Amino acid sequence: MSDINVTSAGAMSADPSSRYLVREHHPEHGTMLGFWIYLMSDCLIFACLFATYAVLGRNYAGGPSGGELFDLKLIALNTAFLLFSSITYGFAMLQAKVKNKGGTLLWLAVTGLFGLCFLGVEIYEFMHLIHEGAGPQRSGFLTSFFALVGTHGLHVTFGAIWLVTLMVQISKHGLHAANMRRLNCLSLFWHFLDVVWIGVFTFVYLMGVLP
Amino acid sequence: MQAYPTETDPIFGRLSWEAIPFHEPILLATFAGVALGGIALVALLTYFRVWGYLWKNWITSIDHKKIGIMYMILGLIMLLRGFADALMMRAQQAIAFGDSAGFLPPHHYDQVFTAHGVIMIFFVAMPLITGLMNYVVPLQIGARDVAFPFLNNFSFWMTTMGAVLVMASLFVGEFARTGWLAFPPLSGILASPDVGVDYYIWSLQIAGVGTLLSGVNLLVTIVKMRAPGMDMMKMPVFTWTALCTNILIVAAFPVLTAVLGMLSMDRLLGTHFFTNELGGNAMMYVNLIWIWGHPEVYILILPCFGIFSEVVSTYCSKRLFGYTSMVYATCVIMILSYLVWLHHFFTMGSGASVNSFFGITTMIISIPTGAKLFNWLFTMYRGRIRFELPMMWTVAFMVTFTIGGMTGVMLAIPPADFVLHNSLFLIAHFHNVIIGGVLFGLFAGINYWFPKAFGFKLDVFWGKVSFWFWVVGFYVAWMPVYALGFMGVTRRLNHIEDPSLAPYFQVAAFGVVLIALGIGAMLVQFGVSFMRRKQLRDVTGDPWGGRTLEWSTSSPPPDYNFAFTPVVHDNDTWADMKKNGYKRPLKDFVAIHMPSNTGAGFIIAALSAVIGFATIWHMWALAVIGFVAMMAVIIGHTFNYKRDFYISAEEVTRTEEQHTALLGSHV
Amino acid sequence: MSDHNQHHGHGHGHDDHHDHADGSAVHGSMKDYVIGFVLSVILTAIPFWLVMNHVIESPATTAYVILGFAAVQMVVHMVYFLHMNSKSEGGWNMLALIFTVIIVVITLAGSIWVMYHMNANMMPVMEGHTPQQMHDM
Repeated sequence: MSDINVTSAGAMSADPSSRYLVREHHPEHGTMLGFWIYLMSDCLIFACLFATYAVLGRNYAGGPSGGELFDLKLIALNTAFLLFSSITYGFAMLQAKVKNKGGTLLWLAVTGLFGLCFLGVEIYEFMHLIHEGAGPQRSGFLTSFFALVGTHGLHVTFGAIWLVTLMVQISKHGLHAANMRRLNCLSLFWHFLDVVWIGVFTFVYLMGVLP
Repeated sequence: MQAYPTETDPIFGRLSWEAIPFHEPILLATFAGVALGGIALVALLTYFRVWGYLWKNWITSIDHKKIGIMYMILGLIMLLRGFADALMMRAQQAIAFGDSAGFLPPHHYDQVFTAHGVIMIFFVAMPLITGLMNYVVPLQIGARDVAFPFLNNFSFWMTTMGAVLVMASLFVGEFARTGWLAFPPLSGILASPDVGVDYYIWSLQIAGVGTLLSGVNLLVTIVKMRAPGMDMMKMPVFTWTALCTNILIVAAFPVLTAVLGMLSMDRLLGTHFFTNELGGNAMMYVNLIWIWGHPEVYILILPCFGIFSEVVSTYCSKRLFGYTSMVYATCVIMILSYLVWLHHFFTMGSGASVNSFFGITTMIISIPTGAKLFNWLFTMYRGRIRFELPMMWTVAFMVTFTIGGMTGVMLAIPPADFVLHNSLFLIAHFHNVIIGGVLFGLFAGINYWFPKAFGFKLDVFWGKVSFWFWVVGFYVAWMPVYALGFMGVTRRLNHIEDPSLAPYFQVAAFGVVLIALGIGAMLVQFGVSFMRRKQLRDVTGDPWGGRTLEWSTSSPPPDYNFAFTPVVHDNDTWADMKKNGYKRPLKDFVAIHMPSNTGAGFIIAALSAVIGFATIWHMWALAVIGFVAMMAVIIGHTFNYKRDFYISAEEVTRTEEQHTALLGSHV
Repeated sequence: MSDHNQHHGHGHGHDDHHDHADGSAVHGSMKDYVIGFVLSVILTAIPFWLVMNHVIESPATTAYVILGFAAVQMVVHMVYFLHMNSKSEGGWNMLALIFTVIIVVITLAGSIWVMYHMNANMMPVMEGHTPQQMHDM
């Protein structure tokens, strides 16, 4: 089959039909565009959660407010974890581009570690809040807070599971085309989560402590 | 009211024998019918040994044509269920006046109208339009399948599992009693502690995932997989409307997912998104759900506008008038549909400034729709019109939808809406546009593309019987309802105090009987067409003198659609090819790369239904097990890299030769 | 233009054309990531500093300023980490992003505007309650 030419109509006999056919056609891969569009839809879920937080975010119901609850130093630490994980994923992609399997796996592992640190801090924060009686059932403000920040955390969790799965698949099959596509998709996902976090730490935490 | 055990059983949660409606005769009778019919069906399938065939060729199929057909079957079956609900409501409203309470107490009636709305929108209209887009779009753009064939299969099964959950609620537990949008606080845990709203939430969340992925799929297909030479402005109009519809799906369904997720958190976790106390705000639910809800109705109608464009140009043997303005009108409608949502709750209290803004935008959105109507009319002008069934449905649409659109503009005026909101006038309006627009469009599309999918046309006589019963029945059923709405009758009532209104309701009930005959005639049409399929055979693949690429294939098309990918030079590509003496190639075929069937989509969807059912009934162990199993199957599926195969050149040659022979046999 | 790799591997013939099949994400360089990282650190540190040290008198102004920083940092991430440009996928990525941003703005601004009016007109006004009691409700 290797003697088949990808050609336009001219390779066939010069009858009027030939201008309407091509012998071999390979449509472009749609995976990256498809995943990007899925991410845009995910953006809209977050937009709804942000909108809900905007509407409910000052409904303290006699309970604690953001100013009383948020520990900005901890959030700064968490932001640092996520930002570092973004750049280490970038390093993993650079290694993948030159087909260095070991380097890719190393930087993916570091990324995963930063992600786990982020999740650890967040879980600690949530448990502390719940312990203080400031759980999601306390007020509209806390409901929308836990929903928005928690949904972001869930996304990071799924991203981490995906990361580990992909590491296994890369060590088994190497950096072939299908795995490169998956790495690219996870890259989009991971950086997108950092973009959403910018919105979260600004709109929820920083603005939440302002009077 | 169902009584639920207060302690939760560790295995069965709150599920008990009391969930089965032994004391409701209507439900018992239905269950008996369904059970007997189901057993008969299973027995037949086993006797003819078709389980293996069904699994290999249909359930696991990733072929967009098969998936499209399965969507249509789902939609048509659910139409019967949703229509049964309509019959019950009309019957109740025809007799329940003054002292007579009718046969449906509020507790039951409320579930009927809720289920009717949910089923008709989510499990009839959405699957039918998705099925048509799935079947037709790849053929129209000269592609061999959609961009993500496995996701396509998965999307279908997720939609089906959503329907399964709704049907399950009929026999195990009950359905929501909140109306099809389930506003809190009525849908909150305090006012609706029973499983009904949970069934509602889970069936819509599961089906919603399917729809969203289908939106991404078709969007990427249209963007990336068009045949060489098919620029955006050379796409068929149906493909354009499919593109805009899928953009709307991707942009709107996440909102539904988020809102229903929040409602389920309120119900399951005791949060305060939409509660009355502790800082919740129920109005926010209404706001968000309609941010989804308005684009949703445009998702339903836009593909049908595309169908009408194809039908009109085919049966008038004329290029569509004003292609460019059609495209622009569709895009404008798509964008404006995001700026009108508040017209669904003018009366909730946002005040004059907000109401005026949305009232004006709502009126503006009628303008591009009008432009489209004029384009269809100008296409018909001086065309050689053939009144085949699709054309008949189109003309009925033009008249009916215009009336419905005009009553919509009336409702767009906030002061008028203060009188008409939630009256039967509103009900008449949206049934007018959905039946006249969406349903008539789907019937036109089904009659139009049926021969392509199955290789034989639909019987014309029974099609016309169905048509006339539907159209006459529609007017008899719904014009009285407009009058009732004007007179002040509220929606969703199972009992009317004033007996002088009875004649209107009874005329409306008679109209629904006529529509029932229309549906019956349509089922007869399918049966008769199948029995007469030899006489109705379509051998050429182009029974109507079509103008777009799908008509260049055989009926039905081969698995690979096109032996060679077409190259496009002009709009109405197939018409252009025919005009310039195009002849099918007869030799030098090559091997074709195809994706493989897989059962993973069905299994993952089935597991999600298990998780849904388990969560509804608080069977936490089962829910967790189901979730872990689902994650395992998903991750396991990603370890399978070998998902494709080749159809050999010899097999392609054989298939093409069969088609050549068939064409030669045509006298 | 024959392509020897057509029938090998798991995808189709364009698999080994990096630029074509792998999409936009592979076009990053070390320089891009470092610049993006440094900018992000600065654009994060300043808002935190502004809020934690009460630098600006008015909370409203502070809010607008940090929202501005957030918007800029989002663009930085898009450009340097996500390699957003108007060429990738024939411009469809950018188009999808712009459309999404428009819908997000409509959803956020629309909801806030609508709900502000709803709350003002429809939430219960209780006689004899102090503003603080209203705040706590």
